[in-house]
Amino acid sequence: MSTDYLRAPRGVRSWLLTTDHKRIGLMFYVVVVMSLLLGGVFALVIRAELFTPGPTVIGPDMYNRMFTLHGVIMVWLFMIPSIPNVFGNFVLPIMLGAKDLAFPRLNLASFYVYCAGALVTLGAMIAGGTDTGWTFYAPFSTSTPTAVLPAVIGVFILGVSSILTAINFIVTTHTMRARGMSLRRVPLFVWALYATSLIMLLATPVLGLTIMLVGIDHIYHFGVFDPALGGDPVLFQHLFWFYSHPAVYIMILPAQGVITEVVCTFSHKQPASYMAIAISSLGIATIGFLTWGHHMFVAGMSELDAGVFGALSMFVAIFSAIKVFTWVATMHRGSISFNTPMLYFFWFLFLFVFGGMTGVAVATQSLDVHWHDTYFVVAHFHFIMVGSTLTTFLAAAHYWFPKMFGRLYSERMGLLTSAGVFAGFFLTFVPQFLLGNAGMPRRYYTYPERYAWLNVLSSGGAFLLAGALVLALVNLLVALRWGKLASGNPWGSRSFEWMTPRLPPKENFPVTPEIRRGPYDYHLTNEEARERASAR
Amino acid sequence: MNAPRLAEQFEDLAKQGQAARLGMWLFLGSELLLFGGLFALYAAYRAMYPAEFAEAVAHNSVAIGTTNTLVLITSSLTVAMSVGAVRADRPRRAGRLLALSVLLGAVFLALKGVEYAAHFRDGILPGEGYRFAELPAAGASLFFTLYYLLTGLHALHVTAGMTLLGWLSWGCLRGRYAAGNDLHVELGGLYWHLVDIVWIFLWPLLYLAHP
Repeated sequence: MSTDYLRAPRGVRSWLLTTDHKRIGLMFYVVVVMSLLLGGVFALVIRAELFTPGPTVIGPDMYNRMFTLHGVIMVWLFMIPSIPNVFGNFVLPIMLGAKDLAFPRLNLASFYVYCAGALVTLGAMIAGGTDTGWTFYAPFSTSTPTAVLPAVIGVFILGVSSILTAINFIVTTHTMRARGMSLRRVPLFVWALYATSLIMLLATPVLGLTIMLVGIDHIYHFGVFDPALGGDPVLFQHLFWFYSHPAVYIMILPAQGVITEVVCTFSHKQPASYMAIAISSLGIATIGFLTWGHHMFVAGMSELDAGVFGALSMFVAIFSAIKVFTWVATMHRGSISFNTPMLYFFWFLFLFVFGGMTGVAVATQSLDVHWHDTYFVVAHFHFIMVGSTLTTFLAAAHYWFPKMFGRLYSERMGLLTSAGVFAGFFLTFVPQFLLGNAGMPRRYYTYPERYAWLNVLSSGGAFLLAGALVLALVNLLVALRWGKLASGNPWGSRSFEWMTPRLPPKENFPVTPEIRRGPYDYHLTNEEARERASAR
Repeated sequence: MNAPRLAEQFEDLAKQGQAARLGMWLFLGSELLLFGGLFALYAAYRAMYPAEFAEAVAHNSVAIGTTNTLVLITSSLTVAMSVGAVRADRPRRAGRLLALSVLLGAVFLALKGVEYAAHFRDGILPGEGYRFAELPAAGASLFFTLYYLLTGLHALHVTAGMTLLGWLSWGCLRGRYAAGNDLHVELGGLYWHLVDIVWIFLWPLLYLAHP
């Protein structure tokens, strides 16, 4: 048997110049987790400031810079690349029975482009910070004296990285599937990544262009969105949300893909409907392009437009509900093992359903006028994007840990930290729903006395969440070194990545496999499943 | 010596070529959306300022715009012929055709420069620098700002395409490509056709569309 991918070959150089999708996935893992920690620190500064009604630890200008950094880092440095670039990179080719992605060097380039984008974005922090919020709304963003230029250039570069990865995933899914791997046999995580890649490919360039128009104004005033020159700032919002609303699905779709794998593996059962989930993924990706207007109900939009955008937004809820019911139905009469990833699935289910339903609520114009720009919206999008992405990122981190590192984490600590993450998350954001409904606007560094106790709860929750996240990370780091050795398929999964040896070799399969079964054939024994997914 | 290299992740050259072509098409799709944002802005502002846009379009030189269209279409023809030539195993001819395409690209940029210079003399500058007394309205200045953005972004693509074609031309002349090893020339050609197609839409929007 050939040497595993972690050890062959050795040396720092062999890592930095690797074209192995698994190693690139791990390198993304490191930088993405660092981004999560950094974005988390800024979140804690925000919550510390909001601990008391008056000024607490920072002034108003610093507060604006903090929430901007928090948003920019969490959206573009963590959530968008998190699951696709780490876990997608690692398992997508293995799931398809391929030796690597179609363009391994492009994949490595995507990593370094990401790093460059991250450095430039963080350069804005050194250059004094940006105070526009992560949305860079014109005309404020084109006139503020803070460091907008490095921030938007950084985000542009990060977009290039997204596009490179998207091209790689789509091409790989089309051209690199092993013999016998028909489209109906492709694991649902791959379908989710495929849908995500379509959005990345088609939406990201529009964002890149739009924020470059903002950036250009800091060098020479083109003023495309400047009313003084005849421009219309609302057009910025249209173009921005044309990307940034689908971007929510860039975060959610891979999360749903992970969840599908987790539910099937730990219920030891095929999904209640394969097609329902696959088609819903593509449905969300398609409809997601037609909902951006719901961010602008109060920005000057006709009632008809608002109604159409609202109704289209609710279609997303239909596809999401189909998935939710399919996951729940999958558990029905399954043989459920209660491991950490499964627990994260339950948290995900709660956050996703609750966040999704409040999403339908804010997509209704009459309600949105009341909730717009309040903490209700903040709580809603944290539930749906952060709650779902973060719990799923952690589910994936635990689920694929034995395949990535060949060891088992401590299940007891895993379950415990998982509960801590949920408790912290719940405590942070449920009060924010109430605050928003009571009228507290977002992006203020002080607030009236009557909002105090809910803010204290929310801040306390944020620190609990941070503590649990750090413990979860420590648990995994400890397992890297001291965890029990895992077998090749510790969860008894039937998915193809678990059919490889404990640590896959660089080329994944010594001989290209021939697939003669579906990815969720739990009626087969482990040996049969392995036999029907290997070379004849 | 002319056989293309099979990368280790592929089983055969056919699949490898198929993957590369699909990747290029996806990239071109992504590029279209990049221009799409600017086209959307053009549409929105034209709807807001129909009369001013029409007047501003009329001010642009149809002669230069149309000549440039012909130049660019001809360059696409020579690129297409070069792909045919390399497939017919005549790489030197392909190299000369590609060099001609690069030359036509340079002619295009030179004409663009002449046009920009005339605009600058009139005081037609983008954004806040706009000083053109004949067309004073805000709508006209927005048109010219978008004109600079659209043609500027397009010129960047022309420059990138010329670099690419120049490199391919050099490769052809040195005999690096031949029949059976023509994929790179084909992909470079695809990119150049994108540059051409975008211009086919810019030409009416910026030079012809006035009543």
